[in-house]
Amino acid sequence: MAVVTVLYFASLRDTRGLASEQVESSAPDLQALYAELQSRHGFSLPVNRLRVAMDGDFAGWGDGVRDGSEIAFIPPVSGG
Amino acid sequence: MNFFELADQPIVIAPLRTALAHPMAGAFASFEGWVRDNNDGRTVDGLRYEAYAELARKEGERVLREAFEKFAIVDARCAHRIGELAVGELAVWVGVSAAHRGAAFDACRYIIDEVKSRVPIWKHERYREGDAGWLHPTPAPPEH
Repeated sequence: MAVVTVLYFASLRDTRGLASEQVESSAPDLQALYAELQSRHGFSLPVNRLRVAMDGDFAGWGDGVRDGSEIAFIPPVSGG
Repeated sequence: MNFFELADQPIVIAPLRTALAHPMAGAFASFEGWVRDNNDGRTVDGLRYEAYAELARKEGERVLREAFEKFAIVDARCAHRIGELAVGELAVWVGVSAAHRGAAFDACRYIIDEVKSRVPIWKHERYREGDAGWLHPTPAPPEH
C-alpha cells in the first residue's frame, strides 16, 4: 500500500474536480494506478494518450508506485 | 542559466534578443507564436495556457540544451506564456543566434517543434459561442 499525491491537469482536472489529492493504492505500477483512478472517476482519456511523471520528471508506465511520491498524469500537450 | 522560461506576464522581447547578441554570431532567427482568432472552424475569443510548471521548465530546458548539441549555434532562448491571453498576443518566443543562418533557422524550428510536442503546457480556448475547452491534440502519424 502506497500513499501518493496525484496531480491532475487540464481535462483530467476538470473531470476529477480537483488539482491534486492524496491517494492510497496497492497498484503495482503507474499504469495500474491510472486504471484504478480512471474506473473510479470516469476519465475519458485512455492511458495510451497520456504520459506519466513521478517526483517532477517523466516516468514509465511500468514503474512502481513509490510511497510518498508526487505523481502526475500528463494529457496530450498543446503549448506553442 | 535558464534557456527556457515560463512567463506569467507579457513577454518582453528586447532583453531576450539582446542576450543573444554575440560578436561571433552573424545570424539571428526568431519565431513568435501569436494567439489566432480561429481554430478548427471555430472563432476564438481568447485562451489560457496552464503548465505543470516544474516539469515544463525541466523539459523546456532539455529541449534548448538539445538544440545546442544538434546545431552549431551560439545562443538560444525560449519564453512561453502561461495565463490568459487575448487574440493577437504573443504566446511563445524563440530566438537563436549562430555564426551562420542555416543553423539559426534549423535550431529555431527544432526548438518550437519540440516545445510544442513535449513540454507539459495546455491550451484552454474560449469560443465566440460562449463555450470553451482544452486542446488535447492527437499527434500526426509519422511520415515515411
